[in-house]
Amino acid sequence: MTTRVRQLVFFLGALGLAALVVSAFVRLPHFGSGFSIDGAQLGALSVPQRHITDVVTAINFDYRGVDTMGEEFIFFAAVAAVGLVLRPQPDEVVRAEVDAASGRWVPPTSDAVRVLGLALVGPTILFGLYIVAHGHLTPGGGFQGGVVLATGVLLVYLAGEYEHLHGLYPEQAIKVGESVGAAGYVAIGLVGLIWGTAFLDNIGPLGTIGRLNSAGLVPLIDVAVGVEVAAGFVLLLTAFLRQAIVLRVREGEQ
Amino acid sequence: MNVLPYLVAAWLLIIGLWGIITSRNLVHLVVCVSVVQSSTYLLLLAIGYRSHATAPVFADIPLGRSVVDPVVQALCLTDVVVGATVTALLLAFVLQVHKRTGSLDPEQLARMDD
Repeated sequence: MTTRVRQLVFFLGALGLAALVVSAFVRLPHFGSGFSIDGAQLGALSVPQRHITDVVTAINFDYRGVDTMGEEFIFFAAVAAVGLVLRPQPDEVVRAEVDAASGRWVPPTSDAVRVLGLALVGPTILFGLYIVAHGHLTPGGGFQGGVVLATGVLLVYLAGEYEHLHGLYPEQAIKVGESVGAAGYVAIGLVGLIWGTAFLDNIGPLGTIGRLNSAGLVPLIDVAVGVEVAAGFVLLLTAFLRQAIVLRVREGEQ
Repeated sequence: MNVLPYLVAAWLLIIGLWGIITSRNLVHLVVCVSVVQSSTYLLLLAIGYRSHATAPVFADIPLGRSVVDPVVQALCLTDVVVGATVTALLLAFVLQVHKRTGSLDPEQLARMDD
C-alpha cells in the first residue's frame, strides 16, 4: 500500500469519524455546566460515608475499587511485557558499562547536575512517601506517589553513574516488591470476603475525618499500589537503561 | 468560548491520527499515539468542569462547596499511569525493531517484508 493510497483510506475513515465526533459533541453538556449524577452523589457521600476527603481517591479505591484493580493489572502486565521484550537476546553480550550510543561522544555529567541531583534524591523520596500516605486526604495516592518514588531512583542515575544505580538496590527485591504490591491489592480485597461482606468492601475502622489513620482500608490499598507502581517504574527504567548502556551486539554479528 | 475545550480535544485527536498516518519514524509514531490519548484526558476533564467550582477535595473546604465532577478525574488518573506504561511497552518494541532491522521508517520496514 503506497503512502497516497493510505492517506486516501485515512481521509475516508476520517470523514466517518468526523461525522460521529460532531454528532457526539453536540450532545455534550455545555462547558462549565457538566456534572454527572454519579459525580454529585459521590461528592456528597464520600466524606460522611467513608471519611475520605479526596473524592477522587474515594472513587478509585473504594466505590470503583474493582475497576482500579483491573487497571493496576494492566500496569503489571505492561511492565512484565517490557521486561520480556527487552530481555537480552542470544546475540547480545553484557559489556562493561559505556554510557553512550556506539560511535557517539557524550560530554561528562556536569558538577551542577551531580550536586543538585544528589541533593534532590532524599526530598523526592520523602515527597513520594508523603503523596502515597495522604492519598485519602489530599490529592495523591498510590499511583502518583509511586511515580514520584521511582523518580528518586532516576535522580541517582542522573547524578551518578550506572554502577551506582546498579549497586543501590537489589533488582530481585524490586521484582518481588512489584508482585507483592499487585497481590496486596487482591489480598486487601479478600479481607471483605473473609469478613462476610463483599470483595473490596471497605470494612476497616473509618476513624476521624482528616486524620492519617482514617478511611478504613483505603490507605492500605494506596500503599500496595504505591509499592507496585514505584517498583514497576524502577523496573522499566532499569530495562531501558540496560539496553542503552550494558547490552551490545556480539562482535562480528552486526 | 464554551466549545473551545471540546474543539481542542477534537483537534488533538485529528492531529494525532494524521501524525500516525504520515509518520516516517516509529518513535514519532508512538508520540502521536500519546497525543491521541491526551485528547481523551482533555475531553473527560472538560465534560466534568463546572464554572466557579473547585477541586473535589474536602480537606480544607466546607462540605457543601461546589466542586468539579470527581468521576472523570478518577478515570483520567488511572488513564495517565496506564498510558505511560503502554508508551514504554511500545517504545520497547520500537527498540527491538531497530536492533533487528536497523531502521525505524515504517515505509522501509514494510518493504523489508516483501
